[in-house]
Amino acid sequence: MTSTVDKTRFGYRVKRDFRENWAIYLMLLPVIAWFFVFHYMPMGGVVMAFEKYKFSKGLLGSPWVGFQNFTDFFGSYYFWRLLRNTLLLSIEDLIFSFPASIIFALLLNEVRNRFFKKSVQTISYLPYFISMVVVCGLVKTFTEAGGAISLISEALGGPSELISNPSCFRPIVICSNIWQNLGYGSIIYISALSSIDQELYEAAKIDGAGRWKQTIHVTLPGIMSTIMIMLIMRMGQLMTVNYQKIILLYSPATYETADVISTFVYRKGLMENDYSYAAAVDLFNSVINTAILCTANWLSRKYAETSLF
Amino acid sequence: MLKRTTGEKVFAVFNIIILTAIGLACIIPIWHCICGSVSDPMTLSAHRGLVLWPLGSPTLDGYKQCFKNSSLLRGYLNTILYVITGTAFGVTLTVFAGYGLSKKLMWSKPIALYITFTMMFNGGIIPTYMVVRNLHMLNTRWAIVLPTAVSVFNIMITRTSFASIPEGMLEAARIDGAGQFRILWSVVLPVSKSIIAVITLFYAIQIWNSWFHTAIYVTNRELYPLQIILREIVLQNSSSGIDGGDPNEVNLLQVLIKYCVIMMSIIPMMVLYPFIQKYFVSGVMIGSIKG
Repeated sequence: MTSTVDKTRFGYRVKRDFRENWAIYLMLLPVIAWFFVFHYMPMGGVVMAFEKYKFSKGLLGSPWVGFQNFTDFFGSYYFWRLLRNTLLLSIEDLIFSFPASIIFALLLNEVRNRFFKKSVQTISYLPYFISMVVVCGLVKTFTEAGGAISLISEALGGPSELISNPSCFRPIVICSNIWQNLGYGSIIYISALSSIDQELYEAAKIDGAGRWKQTIHVTLPGIMSTIMIMLIMRMGQLMTVNYQKIILLYSPATYETADVISTFVYRKGLMENDYSYAAAVDLFNSVINTAILCTANWLSRKYAETSLF
Repeated sequence: MLKRTTGEKVFAVFNIIILTAIGLACIIPIWHCICGSVSDPMTLSAHRGLVLWPLGSPTLDGYKQCFKNSSLLRGYLNTILYVITGTAFGVTLTVFAGYGLSKKLMWSKPIALYITFTMMFNGGIIPTYMVVRNLHMLNTRWAIVLPTAVSVFNIMITRTSFASIPEGMLEAARIDGAGQFRILWSVVLPVSKSIIAVITLFYAIQIWNSWFHTAIYVTNRELYPLQIILREIVLQNSSSGIDGGDPNEVNLLQVLIKYCVIMMSIIPMMVLYPFIQKYFVSGVMIGSIKG
């Protein structure tokens, strides 16, 4: 009885809402359609990971193979290498480039001369706007034989060509990530720093705290929630290494350390046309990503009382 | 003003040194390209290490070669075309979506979730490629512009900005009998110039710099944007960027041309930089309020 009343009321509300706001729904329609075509249709397309996809037969007509693509991948020679490279690159990047922006913001925060502070800040955003192709071109120029960084390495007794050396590949990628994102990544921390209540510093001074103690007891707690949010978001991309950069920089000589899951997907799927296998590998990657994101979010909500969702 | 201790003074000096070094590290690679692009080609190809001043007598020969090159010029024009159309399309959809989501309607929350969910999970490269292929967009200009036309982040900052417009302004227009399209056009947009500038820049820069989707979806050289031509010249050391001439001369010019092409890609950004960085910072700030 009550449910029929609710239904009519629900229907009535829908009708009234639509009659009043049809123009707004009309405005939202193109974006809804766009997300449907370029995001939700591909999500539906992941069923190809469980098929032996043939372009001529389409998504519905291709033969179903269940988890075979996945078991093939787990059993393959490449699986451990790809997993190791992906995780190592990603964790090393997290360890070095995540704190870099925070430290940069803290250092800037200590500068008293406003002109100097503003200039360094403005210059530090510059690399963020340079295209990936140009950045990789520069990286290659500096790290190939005779490049500026290779010359330094040679003078210190290291290898004379860094870019083709498997043991140098990850450091090169991480350093260039830091170069690109240091300034841009610090914007959010600088804004968080400026919103810390100045009275807290005054109180700390009265208690006899020097600059260092003020940083530990006032500044860091003040930006902790921003750090946590950024960390959770970063965790959610743990398996999404910057594959565009790797594709531009790696070569068969460095596959041993440079080849990650996403670049493998790119080669298998788009260059060797092994669609289903590549889609399965990619799906494995995004499922792990989403799982890590949810775990990080849950841990943060529990222990740091900050969460993304 | 409290007196600073010796330790704090020493720190202040070190701090200035470190920050100056960071600033230099950000700018030197670009300076290297600027100087490289006007150097004497002969000296430049033999040079090792950084180029901190133009080598030999400064020359614009490299740029002259670039402007004679048809595939490079076509790439440049293509990029401009993609930036204009892609930005117009992206900004239009984003403004509509941002305005729609700034209203409290019955379906606002499900629609917002529908959009933000795509940030957490996506189908991946291969299924997206299949969709583009099934839409018969491979090897068309559509494939370069459409699949990455809209960004969730831009929709969210536009929504946040529109939601902060006082309700009274909109209500007044409504009482005067204006419809939603009218209100958006003549009340909301005039007071939202800065957010429009922010998203326009975000889209324009993203399209100017993008290469990956083109590399996947397009093999027709006529449609290539600048970044793909750049990739051939800078990273794959192909001399297709240089028309004709005898091979030795082409080899000689290769390094010079590399720097000139890099500069051609960066110069528009450098010219607009003071404007760009101001709006970028405010965009990131709006994004961070939303969390």
